[in-house]
Amino acid sequence: MQVTMTVNGRPVHGEIEPRMLLVHFVRDQLGLTGTHWGCDTSNCGTCVLWMDGEPVKSCTVLAAMAHGHEIRTVEDLERDGELDPVQQGFVEQHGLQCGFCTPGMMMTARWLLDHNPHPSEAEIREAISGQICRCTGYANIVRAIQWAAEHPRVEPAAVPEPAAAAGQAAERSGEEVGVR
Amino acid sequence: MTTVEEAPAVPMGFGRMTRKEDARFVRGRGNYVDDIVLPGMLHGAVLRASLPHARITRIDTSAAEAHPKVRAVITGSMLEGLNLAWMPSLSHDVVPVLATDKVRFQGQEVAFVVADDRYAARDALELIEVDYEPLPPVIDARQAMAPGAPVIRDDIDGKSDNHIFDWEAGDRASTDAAFAAAEVVVAQDMVYPRVHPAPMETCGAVADMDKVSGKLTMWSTTQAPHAHRTLYALVAGLPEHKIRVVSPDIGGGFGNKVGIYPGYVLAIVGSIVTGKPVKWMEDRSENLMSTSFARDYHMHGEIAATADGKITALRVKVLADHGAFNNTAQPTKFPAGFFHIFTGSYDLQAAHCEVSGVYTNKAPGGVAYACSFRVTEAVYLVERMVDCLADELGMDPAELRMRNLLRPEQFPYTCKTGWVYDSGDYPRALRLAMDIAGYEELRREQAERRQRGELMGIGLSFFTETVGAGPRKHMDILGLGMADGAEVRVHPTGKAVVRLSVQTQGQGHETTFAQIVAEQLGISPQDIDVVHGDTDNTPFGLGTYGSRSTPVSGAAVAVAAQRVRDKARIVASAMLEVAPEDLEWEKGRWFVRGDPSVGAAIGEIAMAAHGSLELPEGVEGHLDAECVYDPPNLTYPFGAYICVVDVDPGTGQVKVRRFVAVDDCGPRINPMIVEGQVHGGLADGVGMALMEVMAFDTEGNHLGGSFMDYLVPTSLECPMFELGETVTPSPHHPLGLKGVGESATVGSPPAVVNAVLDAIGVRHADMPFTPAQVWRSMQGRPLRTDLAVE
Ligand code: FES
Ligand code: FES
Repeated sequence: MQVTMTVNGRPVHGEIEPRMLLVHFVRDQLGLTGTHWGCDTSNCGTCVLWMDGEPVKSCTVLAAMAHGHEIRTVEDLERDGELDPVQQGFVEQHGLQCGFCTPGMMMTARWLLDHNPHPSEAEIREAISGQICRCTGYANIVRAIQWAAEHPRVEPAAVPEPAAAAGQAAERSGEEVGVR
Repeated sequence: MTTVEEAPAVPMGFGRMTRKEDARFVRGRGNYVDDIVLPGMLHGAVLRASLPHARITRIDTSAAEAHPKVRAVITGSMLEGLNLAWMPSLSHDVVPVLATDKVRFQGQEVAFVVADDRYAARDALELIEVDYEPLPPVIDARQAMAPGAPVIRDDIDGKSDNHIFDWEAGDRASTDAAFAAAEVVVAQDMVYPRVHPAPMETCGAVADMDKVSGKLTMWSTTQAPHAHRTLYALVAGLPEHKIRVVSPDIGGGFGNKVGIYPGYVLAIVGSIVTGKPVKWMEDRSENLMSTSFARDYHMHGEIAATADGKITALRVKVLADHGAFNNTAQPTKFPAGFFHIFTGSYDLQAAHCEVSGVYTNKAPGGVAYACSFRVTEAVYLVERMVDCLADELGMDPAELRMRNLLRPEQFPYTCKTGWVYDSGDYPRALRLAMDIAGYEELRREQAERRQRGELMGIGLSFFTETVGAGPRKHMDILGLGMADGAEVRVHPTGKAVVRLSVQTQGQGHETTFAQIVAEQLGISPQDIDVVHGDTDNTPFGLGTYGSRSTPVSGAAVAVAAQRVRDKARIVASAMLEVAPEDLEWEKGRWFVRGDPSVGAAIGEIAMAAHGSLELPEGVEGHLDAECVYDPPNLTYPFGAYICVVDVDPGTGQVKVRRFVAVDDCGPRINPMIVEGQVHGGLADGVGMALMEVMAFDTEGNHLGGSFMDYLVPTSLECPMFELGETVTPSPHHPLGLKGVGESATVGSPPAVVNAVLDAIGVRHADMPFTPAQVWRSMQGRPLRTDLAVE
């Protein structure tokens, strides 16, 4: 079957089996390998990305269900060559070791800070509690997110309006991501 | 945080700096095995045994072969024809690549399918028919040696039982005498249950056999790329120069990725058979059910002491469950790993231990999960026994430890099994941990809470690690001595590259090894590239596990860098036209003694060494050096941990309130990375003590085959850890470094367990302390946690 969706601001389409998981579509067909896969049971959270602005475990979503929806992955956190404060926080506070859980953790963290710019430690722990890290013991992940909360990105004066953003996406469609 | 911000962003050597490798990881640009895509790549999947013990009577692959997307189906009988059905284990045994006669554990590899995509490969597994004749399984290690127990390894000629080995250490006669004379003796049985490292990335490989050049390139999740290359040469009969093993970014190892799994070999066979690259990635259930587990030690400990609490002797008997094949990954001559260190951190008169290994119908392995070759089990045993003794004597466990810890003047200390502890000030570390925790205040609080019926527990552990395997004359893996090579090369413009034999799985080698070179040469870590994980581009060595990277490879790099510095001195002497003896070193520069303004910086020296400068007789150009480091001794990191828990008396739920950890690993290359490693190990301890266990039912079904069943700690179970440090350099390492990767995993489980038992006032019950186990222990009916039996 055919699916079309917006991934990191660009329209993409693919020919898929109806049973294909979104995590496999993103990784294997779009080559966006920052999103990882770590379990069979929706327990680990290494596959977390955003669908329509909400973090989801992409191993639990069929690619077909994402048809017509908007996907955002870790590859989209960096903007104009500048790391997102969450990315910078993970670097500054040593919030990662092997890096395997990190993209999922950062996508959840970004969402948390967008909705709660000054979360308490307990709120941070709650937000990432559906995701496993085997390396860090979580302490530095919590600190990384706290760092990001303390260092919000200074937005450029003219934030692109949705219309402008759409224009941008259209402009980019020339380099549309094809199906590999 | 303020101290963090005051530190220079990039130290010229040791000190806190953020990690160089993070730049790719936070952008989602890591390159893990499953990220690798090659043109024409096919996908493999493994069919696994549904039963733990059964004879295979028929395998029919015809339907799978007829699947339009299937390119090859491989079975044990096909491999037998190639003499590849069995491969050598890491411990004088053999392991089947694919089962031929019987399956011996649930999840064992039975067939391999290669197909166009990963979904089709899985579909085809469903089409393979296997007929089994079920055999009674041996699941309980304690029943494995019972008369009449089913013989698991009937493939071994003349084998009539499930016995693998007997091993002992220490002195039996003097120990028995000390026990006979003891005023107090406490005995306790305890199980360190089977657990699993469960790295977030499962195991996998991409094998690419180039038929034209005859060269195999093997990207795989390996902690030991060079050892794997040699083993592939030995197992598959491929010429070693035609094998390149690449370990790209690895999503956590913890010992899970030391061995060679059948899936790796099958990917190679698949690539040979199809002529295409083949990717094999196991799923989480396969990882948990079939790859290297850890522990499964059934221990009986006895401790002897005087009535006033001076420990005199320790005696231990262990039954070690090694699963269906003896495939523990430790130095060859050490069937029980480094369990020698079971006397821990204490000054005893005598000690003796015996370990017997047995086969059961469970997955093979045993040495994994940051265990430092069974030091984890040894530390758990002794730290539990000390608490049992404290309970018997009615003594405070901190006071009992303080009274018996080795004293600084006893180092180097030869323990009762003959190992030489390098250095330490143990009482200082324990006192520091007690001060950070506010130990005396905590005990007062505990007493008050008890009055109110609240269950609060304080648990201590003091551990001595032994890492950095190891001296070549004693230690090898399948005949490969455990020395490691390193090469340091300074480019003409003064930047450098260092090539390592070891491989990072998150330890941050690209940063810390650059810092080691920076410390020696005064070149910024940012200007030093660290090359690792690719056998075509790095010197030989045995890899990263057992906390050996810093003690062995780190020493190799330090010595190589020092050799570069020595060569730079000769070059500088030619540049400055003075005798080498008249030059003095300051970081990054040789200068003329007595005239510091005249000198040459390392960059200038590098350019001169590559230029036309006339060098003294016998000195070659360029600025580089190598070292193969053979450690003179193991190193002995140590630490004191204190855990505080609250137990809900109504539900048995344990909450870890505080966790204080004082570690001494010698000088710290990068304190931020050391602390991160300690955090991870403390979380492991919380996990093992409270939730992690691979239990089996009496039919041999694995009860921990997913993250719904095998529980690992989340952010909600782990507290903000409180760390402290003391620094005692090792005299047996060129920079005094001891290694730290596994310290906290080794030291933390007994601290948590001791805290829980302290809270509920029970002398002993086995991990993990799930609410059910706590509740049952409080009722005096603790569960047997390793088996689903009453
Ligand atoms: S892969 Fe584990 S939750 Fe999605
Ligand atoms: S950094 Fe390795 S799993 Fe989180």
